[in-house]
Amino acid sequence: MELTGAEIVVRFLKDEGVTHVFGYPGGAVLHIYDALYQQKDVEHVLVRHEQGATHAADGYARSTGRPGVALVTSGPGATNAVTGIATAYMDSVPMVVLTGQVPTQLIGNDAFQEVDAVGITRPCVKHNFLVKDVKDLALTLKKAFYIATTGRPGPVVVDIPKDVTAAKTDYVFPESVSMRSYNPVVKGHIGQIKRAVQLMLSAERPMLYTGGGVIMGGGSAALTELTRLLGFPITNTLMGLGAYPATDKQFVGMLGMHGTYEANMAMHHCDVLIAIGARFDDRVTGNIEKFCPHAKIIHVDIDPSSISKNVKVDVPIVGAVDHVLGEMVRLVKESKREPRREALENWWKQIGEWRAHDCLRYDKDSELIKPQYVLEELYKATGGDAYVTSDVGQHQMWAAQFYKFDKPNRWINSGGLGTMGFGLPAAMGAQFAHPDATVACVTGEGSIQMCIQELSTCLQYRLPIKIVTLNNRYLGMVRQWQEFFYQGRYAMSYMDALPDFVKLAEAYGHVGLRIEKPADVAPAFKEALAMKERLVFMDFITDQTENVYPMIPAGAGLNEMILL
Amino acid sequence: MENESGALSRVAGLFSARGYNIESLTVAPTEDASISRMTLVTRGSDEIIEQITKQLNKLVDVIKLLELTEGPHIEREMMLIKLRAVNHEREEIMRLTDIFRGRIIDVTDETFTVELTGSSEKLDAFIEVLHQAAIIETVRSGVTGIARGEKSLRV
Repeated sequence: MELTGAEIVVRFLKDEGVTHVFGYPGGAVLHIYDALYQQKDVEHVLVRHEQGATHAADGYARSTGRPGVALVTSGPGATNAVTGIATAYMDSVPMVVLTGQVPTQLIGNDAFQEVDAVGITRPCVKHNFLVKDVKDLALTLKKAFYIATTGRPGPVVVDIPKDVTAAKTDYVFPESVSMRSYNPVVKGHIGQIKRAVQLMLSAERPMLYTGGGVIMGGGSAALTELTRLLGFPITNTLMGLGAYPATDKQFVGMLGMHGTYEANMAMHHCDVLIAIGARFDDRVTGNIEKFCPHAKIIHVDIDPSSISKNVKVDVPIVGAVDHVLGEMVRLVKESKREPRREALENWWKQIGEWRAHDCLRYDKDSELIKPQYVLEELYKATGGDAYVTSDVGQHQMWAAQFYKFDKPNRWINSGGLGTMGFGLPAAMGAQFAHPDATVACVTGEGSIQMCIQELSTCLQYRLPIKIVTLNNRYLGMVRQWQEFFYQGRYAMSYMDALPDFVKLAEAYGHVGLRIEKPADVAPAFKEALAMKERLVFMDFITDQTENVYPMIPAGAGLNEMILL
Repeated sequence: MENESGALSRVAGLFSARGYNIESLTVAPTEDASISRMTLVTRGSDEIIEQITKQLNKLVDVIKLLELTEGPHIEREMMLIKLRAVNHEREEIMRLTDIFRGRIIDVTDETFTVELTGSSEKLDAFIEVLHQAAIIETVRSGVTGIARGEKSLRV
């Protein structure tokens, strides 16, 4: 049938199985909005800032594994979306962002609301397209979704000029697409996998180090089976939390700059390191020269450029995690060899000694609210089963340390880029994806103000998100660094002129609660969670002096942690 | 690479973003107009070259990649060089051009323009041999290359 470009966009989204688009209208995308208005299959969510649209699409994708979709207009719409696009790029999140563009004959003419969206986003997307002819539109959209969701996922931007959305052509939904220049590897090399399994079975102090790639790649079930089969200790990165059940005794906690003492010590002393879906990021390795000095390293990753990028590995395996892990499980089950039982027992005994340090302890008798206590109570009150989004800073680290995620796709935070303002719009995306679930946004009084306008979106769509603000009246993480490394010169880290958050939440039509005493924390959560239809903004006034421990300072190795 | 607009920008952007250096770069369509071939010269340790190779392969526009210096290959670069050619200088320039197997492609009372093709070292040597004062302008194309024997970069 003959359709306009705008109608093709909307029809394509429906045919591709997209149910929600997060966006904000503008001149260049008026035709597309007109087409959206005249159908009911794809729901459009009106945000209040394009950054919110991209973070919402991101939260939607991270909580489901399906691609998130955002629609913004040209010029400032596109530039407002860049932060959200870069956030998704750094964490390899599948996302397609449609940006309006001025008509093709005006491109390059400094037209009204024109920017070179393709040029600006080029370094922070997996790929991008400018559609110059309506005949290419449907296939380009198909390629965009294909690229965003296969191999190592990532955001793809499709820039669509206004005249292209007005022009007409025949529309046929492209069922599949193949690209000669893009063929992601799926199956790992069986020879390498066999070598890895042999190495694993001969290990005396093995360690499983797993990251966001396991969750993105749907490898959580296979990972859990493999880990239990082998009886090895396992740690997750910040992005990998939930890939393996955190309440399981084989889980030694998160590793890295603010990881647990036992996780970091085990990493430092291991003799075989099995890295799966993780990229040896600087927050995890600490000083590269001092990283895992005694270990032979196996690295499973879908992106060949991640392998041996920072740390040279001994057994590289390029492939999709679910396939490689499945093969490993099969090989371990078939193997006549058993893991080294006695060596493993000694290893677990050593790990037990490290665990005894109780590195996450804090003063439970204080008259002030401890931020760690708030997270523990959130965990209890939600049964450990909520979708938890986070902003960036100390609160993010405490959420990672104290909320024990047993399932993947539950912990949604900006790890790679560390974008403040991510938490609330991401929670919106997660709530749309899971309308009946409890969604909590853990944030700070600094971060929450960066995308605060999205409280309006939450009212419009009746999103009963529970906002847990750890209000310490400081940019906590900055303050911590200034305390440790700048001799307490707190430059610009004190949050002055804070609004009354309760009144602010009420002005936006929501429920606001201020909690100032430890005894009121648990009852506040009970009250908030009972309100299943309302967004509840909880302003916890916390102890300003708390720092996140352990901490690996710059230049230090994993075994050189600062402890409480 | 796919002969799409932006493909060249992506490669250049990749190098600048990651701090790798491009010493020379040349690109043009192949016998298949939808495919263009780029030859790029860069310098680095084995680890850096391995990363560059992997990052380039990751680009969606890149179809296939060959590291020419891994095996026997031929490198060629072209240079157009405008020289001052007054009186006895003319004889000298003609002799040198002949020795280097170049060709004089433009002539005026005061200048010769020489076209020279060969390895970068040969072009460097030609410039070396000429007096600085004689050189008015040089234009170099950047290095292109092709593997020796049956090995080839084909789609």
